[in-house]
Amino acid sequence: MKQAMPGNSKAGMSLIVKTITRLTVGLILLFGIYIVLHGHLSPGGGFAGGVIIALSFVHLMLAFGKDVAVRKFPKDMASNLESLGALMFLSIALLGLLGGSFFLNILGKGKPFSLFSAGTIPLSNIAISLKVGVGLFAIFLALVILEKAKKEE
Amino acid sequence: MELHLLLLFMIFAAVVAVEVKDLLSSVIAVGSVGFALCLAFLILKAPDLAITQLVVEILCLIILIRATLKKDLPLVIEGRWVFNTLSTLTFIGVFLFFAYLALKELPAFGHPLMSVAKRYLDEGVSKTGAVNIVSAIILDFRAYDTLGEATVLFTSVIGIMAILRRPGRRKIE
Amino acid sequence: MTLYLLCLVLFCIGLYAVLRKRNLVKIIIGLGIIEYAMNLFFVLLGYRFHGRAPIVAQGQDILDMVDPLPQALVLTSIVIGLGVTALVISIAIRIYEKYGTFDITKIKRLKG
Repeated sequence: MKQAMPGNSKAGMSLIVKTITRLTVGLILLFGIYIVLHGHLSPGGGFAGGVIIALSFVHLMLAFGKDVAVRKFPKDMASNLESLGALMFLSIALLGLLGGSFFLNILGKGKPFSLFSAGTIPLSNIAISLKVGVGLFAIFLALVILEKAKKEE
Repeated sequence: MELHLLLLFMIFAAVVAVEVKDLLSSVIAVGSVGFALCLAFLILKAPDLAITQLVVEILCLIILIRATLKKDLPLVIEGRWVFNTLSTLTFIGVFLFFAYLALKELPAFGHPLMSVAKRYLDEGVSKTGAVNIVSAIILDFRAYDTLGEATVLFTSVIGIMAILRRPGRRKIE
Repeated sequence: MTLYLLCLVLFCIGLYAVLRKRNLVKIIIGLGIIEYAMNLFFVLLGYRFHGRAPIVAQGQDILDMVDPLPQALVLTSIVIGLGVTALVISIAIRIYEKYGTFDITKIKRLKG
């Protein structure tokens, strides 16, 4: 009697790919978050980390088929999150108006080489990574949903 | 020396990508140009760019292969082919000649002027507190450009969602 | 100097693909090659012999670093290039659905 295990469905790729994906997808997401948070200490920053986060979700979708990934991340939530990222970046910019001019770096600058330093730069990194990562994943969702809809006609 | 070899490899791979008749092979050749570019960024001491170029290249390859799988097309060479090719090559030759004349005015490779960047390098750590100077430039000194780039990405995502929408509405019966 | 010229030869290969090819995907590939060549040209402008990467290391002075300003500009340009390529590919997918072909001469003749 076949149970409804994720490895049994026909969509997606073979069993080897599915097993490896289950092991590594969390690590890729964690690595992306690490690169975003340490953007002011080591190479990387918001853009590279955001693309890595998007790649982890794309990996999930390629290996398991469209339905599993869409269940974790429906399309409305994707566009809401992306707009939230853009609005967060803009509000950090407007917050600088309180200090004197647009985009001024107003939070305290701690010691260099520590994680909580450099004012608003880590916050800007997080906002940019949210926007870029979720936006690129939304592009991929639009491409895949169109293919599936075309095949059903 | 390594940069010359990398650039020659990129030119060869680009010629292969443009001329090969199979679409999947030309997409893979463009992918190899991108990876060689990532290596060139590492040799030119730009680690931020190398990381970003690598992951962007992977995503671009996934999107390109998704679009071109199983869609091949036999091509036919028709009318006025010789004249068109010769005029294109002549235009490219003239362009390269004038580019050579213009490139002689630039400072020599390896001795940049750095009149603006000297100020950023001197006061970067003390004014912003960030150790990565490139991050300090794009998020503090020149954050307005980053806002423009966020707007361009936002526009492209909206454009793709508008183009790839399912056509037609459901009729209310 | 030869490095700049080789970079511009790469640009010209992409330009040739945009001008002369009939397949729509080949034109998009030419656009991608043009972007790679121009990003490389910018970073070549800012290189300094025996320079260091623009990240301050612990216990070292800010001696000769390579120019960080072209790197900041190119970082933005790489991600914008990805967005533009994705948009153009989605237009190409739609064209293939409507006309059944990627050939640009046939797309001009079918009307209505």
